[in-house]
Amino acid sequence: MSLTTILQHCLTGISLGGAYALIAIGYTMVYGILRLINFAHGDIFMMAGYFMIFAMASFPWQVAIPLVIVGTIVMGVVIERVAYKPLRTAPRMSIMISAIGVSYLLQNLATYLFTAIPRGYPEIPFLKKIFHIGALSASLVTFLTPVLTILLVIFLMLLIKKTKVGMAMRAVSKDFETSQLMGIKINNIISATFVIGSALAAVGSILYFTDRMSVTPFSGTLPGLKCFVAAVFGGIGSIPGAVVGGFVIGIAETLLVAMGYSTFSDAFTFLLLIVMLLFRPTGLFGEKSTDKV
Amino acid sequence: MSGHVLELQNLTMQFGGVVAVDDLSMYVDKGEIVALIGPNGAGKTTAFNMITGVYAPTNGAIFFNGEQIISNHPQGNMKKLYQGGSAGKFPNVMVKLPDVITKLGIARTFQNIRLFKDLTVFENVLIAKHMRSKAGVFAATFRLNAKEERAMRAETMRLLEILELADLRDETASNLPYGKQRRLEIARALATEPSLLLLDEPAAGMNPQETAELTAFIKQIRDDFKLTVFMIEHHMDLVMEISDRIYVLDFGKLIAAGTPDEVQNNQRVIDAYLGVADDA
Amino acid sequence: MKKGTKRICSLVLLVLIALLLFWLEANKSGQGMLISILQKSAILAIVAVSMNLLNGFTGLFSLGQAGFMSIGAYITAILTIPVVNLDGVYYMNGVAPWVRALKEGMEAGPSWLQSVYPFLALIVGGLVAAGFAALIGIPVLRLKSDYLAIATLGFSEIIRAIFSSPQMDTITNGSYGLNKVPTFPKFFGLPSLFTPFIIAGVTIALMVLLINSSYGRAFKAIREDEVAAEAMGISLFRHKELSFVVSSFFTAISGGLLAMFMRSIEAKTFSIALTYDILLIVVIGGIGSVSGSVLSAFLVTASKEWWLRFFDQPLTIGGWQVPLFRTGFRMVIFSILLMAVVLFYRRGIMGNSEFSWDGVARLPGRIKGWFSRKRPAHEAAGGDGI
Repeated sequence: MSLTTILQHCLTGISLGGAYALIAIGYTMVYGILRLINFAHGDIFMMAGYFMIFAMASFPWQVAIPLVIVGTIVMGVVIERVAYKPLRTAPRMSIMISAIGVSYLLQNLATYLFTAIPRGYPEIPFLKKIFHIGALSASLVTFLTPVLTILLVIFLMLLIKKTKVGMAMRAVSKDFETSQLMGIKINNIISATFVIGSALAAVGSILYFTDRMSVTPFSGTLPGLKCFVAAVFGGIGSIPGAVVGGFVIGIAETLLVAMGYSTFSDAFTFLLLIVMLLFRPTGLFGEKSTDKV
Repeated sequence: MSGHVLELQNLTMQFGGVVAVDDLSMYVDKGEIVALIGPNGAGKTTAFNMITGVYAPTNGAIFFNGEQIISNHPQGNMKKLYQGGSAGKFPNVMVKLPDVITKLGIARTFQNIRLFKDLTVFENVLIAKHMRSKAGVFAATFRLNAKEERAMRAETMRLLEILELADLRDETASNLPYGKQRRLEIARALATEPSLLLLDEPAAGMNPQETAELTAFIKQIRDDFKLTVFMIEHHMDLVMEISDRIYVLDFGKLIAAGTPDEVQNNQRVIDAYLGVADDA
Repeated sequence: MKKGTKRICSLVLLVLIALLLFWLEANKSGQGMLISILQKSAILAIVAVSMNLLNGFTGLFSLGQAGFMSIGAYITAILTIPVVNLDGVYYMNGVAPWVRALKEGMEAGPSWLQSVYPFLALIVGGLVAAGFAALIGIPVLRLKSDYLAIATLGFSEIIRAIFSSPQMDTITNGSYGLNKVPTFPKFFGLPSLFTPFIIAGVTIALMVLLINSSYGRAFKAIREDEVAAEAMGISLFRHKELSFVVSSFFTAISGGLLAMFMRSIEAKTFSIALTYDILLIVVIGGIGSVSGSVLSAFLVTASKEWWLRFFDQPLTIGGWQVPLFRTGFRMVIFSILLMAVVLFYRRGIMGNSEFSWDGVARLPGRIKGWFSRKRPAHEAAGGDGI
C-alpha cells in the first residue's frame, strides 16, 4: 500500500470514527448515570436513519435535519420513560433485559414498517461534493464528520462543566441516591441525558448513513455494539474517552477492511474490548470504584 | 511463631492516600472473647476485611494458629504513596481469597447483614456446609454422595435447633425479623466449622433485652463450639460484660488495649469517644 | 397432595407424552408442522435451561449462547455429513484433506459404531464448547454483570467471524455454510422423531440434578451475594467456571441438534438475534425456573411459528380489510408482549418456582381468585417487591 492509499483509508477511518464517537457518547452518558448498557441506542440510531428518509421525501434538508433530530430525541425520551423508568428499583438484570427488549421491538417495528429490504439513504448534495487535498480526495461529509464531532464534544463538555444541568448530571453519575436527597430531580436529569444522547445519535446517523447510502432494520445492531465498546475502551462515563474510543475503532476497522480482513473487522472490536477489560477494566480515562463490604 | 490463635503484625491498609488501618499489631488467644472497639470510621471493619481476605493489606502480616496466612508489603504505586510504618519488614507476599481463609477455619458475620435473601433459612446454613463436602461435581450430580448429603442436612438441622431457628427452617431469609437474621448469620458462620469466629457488630440495631440475650448466646456458642471469638461492637454494655480483652482503634491507630476495666479508665479512649475539647 | 398421587400424575404425564410421540410418528406426513414446532421447541428448551443455569441460578449474565451453539452445530455438521456429499457441500472451495481423511476413517468403522456417531458428534461438539468456555472463562468471569454480558456477546461474535472467515473455507465452508446435514439419528431402535425429545429430556434432567445438588446450592449462593458466598468458603472462580462450562456444554449440544433439525447451517444463523431469542424464552418462562424455561420454549416457539402466524396474513372480516395485518406484524406483537412481561410481569410465567403437582392442584383456585374482586395479598404485590 502506498502512503496515499494509507492516508486515504485513515481519512475514511477518521470519518467513520467521528460518527462512532457521537453514538458512543450516548452510551457512556447513559451508563454513567443509570449503570445501564442501553442496548436500544444502536436501534435509535437506525430509526433516525429511517426518519431522515421520510423527512427528506417531503422537506428540503434544512428542515429535514432538525426534524430528524427532534424526532429522535422524542423517541429516546419516550423509550426511557416507558421502558426504563418503571424499573428504577428493579435488579440490574431486569433493566438490561428491558433494554434488549426495546432493541428487539425497534428492529421488528422497523422490519414491519419499512420491510427488511435496504432503503436508499437520501443524498444531501453539498455533503457529497468531492474535495481534493493533495492526492487525497473525499466527499465533504468525510471532512465534516470529525470537525463536527469535535465541535459537538467541546460544546457538550462546556455544558457539563459550566451549567447547572451539567453539574446535576455529574452529581447523579457519582451517587444516584445522595443526589436525589440533595434535591436533584433525577428523572429530569435522566431525560436530559437521553435528549443529548439521542440528538448526538441522530447527528451521527446522518453522517454515517450519508456515507453508507442505505438503511436496514439491522443496521443499528453492530455499530451500536461497536460504539459501546468504544465507550468502554475510553472509560465508561468519560466523554473524551468515548470520543477517543470511537476514533480508534473507526480507524482500526477501516484499516482492517482495507487489508482484506473484513470478516475480522467486527471481531477485532470485541477483541479490543476483551483485552481492555482484562488489562485496564476502567478504560483509558475511567475512574476506579470499589465495592464496599 | 507464637501460641496465639490470631496475630496481626504491623497491619496497614491504605486506600490511595487514606490510611484506614495504621500499623495495627494485636493478638487473640485460644478461647478468648476479644473485642475491637472504636468510633465510626476507625478502621475496625477494614481490619476484619483484611483478616478474612476481602482486602489484601498494604503492609503487614497475619498469623493463624502460629502459621502465616497473609503477608504483604507496599508494591507498585503504593511504594511512593505509603505513609504507614514498618515498611520493609515483610519481604514475602502471601495473599489469600476469602474462601481459602474460611476453609482454614475463620468464619465471619457482616456488619450489614448479608444473608442469601431469597433462599430459605435451611438452605442458608446448608450452603455453608458445601465447602467441607468431598463430593466432586459428578458424584454430587448423580447423587453418589447421598450419605454425605444426609450428614450435611442432619448437621444443618442440629445447628438450627441449637440456635433456636429450627421452626423457621422453610422461611425465606429476608422474611425473618432483624434479630433472627443476625442469629441466622451466626448459624451460617458456625456451619463452616470455624475455630475462630469474627462477629462484625452482632448487636447492631438490637434493644437492650435482645443485647442481653446475645451476650449469653455468644458465651454459650464459644463454650459449645470451642471457639475463639473476635468481635467488633458498639454496645458498651455487651463489650464490657463479655470481653476478656479489648482493643481500641481510632483513626486507624491502636490507642489502647487491655481488660475492660483498664480500657474504661483510659484517658485516650475517653477522649476518642467524647472528643477532646480543643477550644477549652 | 400425597406422594403416591403425585407419582401417578407424573407417570400419566410421561405416558401421555410417549403416546403423543407415537401418534405423531404414525401420522408423520399429516403433522409435519406440529412435529417441526415441537422438535424446535425441545431443542430451544435445552439451550434455554442452560442459559437459565447461568443467568438464573448462578447470576452470571452471559450473552454468548449463539457462539457456543455455533460450535456445537458446526462440529456436529462436519462430523455427520456423509463422505459422498462432501464435494457437493464444499463445491466452492473444496474440503480440507484432513477432514476428508477423518470422515473416510469414520465411515470405515463397524456399523454399530456408525449408528452412535451422531451422538458422539453431539458430545464432541459439547466438549469442544466446554473447553473453549473454560478457556475464556478465566479472564471473562472476573467481570461484573453487564461487562460480562458484553464480553460474552463479543466472544460469540468472534466465534462467528472465525467460522465465516475465508481462512476457514475448507473446513466450515466460510460464508456459504454447510448443508446436507443428516437429520436426527434413530435413538437405539426408537424412531428418529423421538431423538430430540429424548436428548432434551436427558440433558435437562442432568441440569436439574446439578442445580439441586450441593453445587447447585453454591451457584445460588453466588447469585444471591458473592461476598457472603465467598465468606462461606465457596470459591467464586471455581464455581462460576463450573457453571459456565456446564452451561456451554449443553448449549453446544442444542446447537448440534439445531444443525440436524435445520439440515443446513450458516454463520448468520448464530448471530446476536439468536441469543436474544433464547433470552426472551428464559425471561418469559421466569428467570430461575427450569420448568418455566421448558414451558416457555414450547409456548414461545409455538406462538411465533404457528399461533401468531395469522398476524402476518391480511385479515378480512365481513368484507372489511383489517389494517395492520401484514408481514412482520407478528414479530411486533411478539416484542410488545415481551416488553409487557418485562415491565409488568417481571417474574415471567413461573417466577423462580418450579412446576409441581401441588401447584397444578392449586391452579383452579388461583384462576378463580383472579376473577373474584379481592386478589390474594401475595398476588397483588406482584413483581419481586423492593
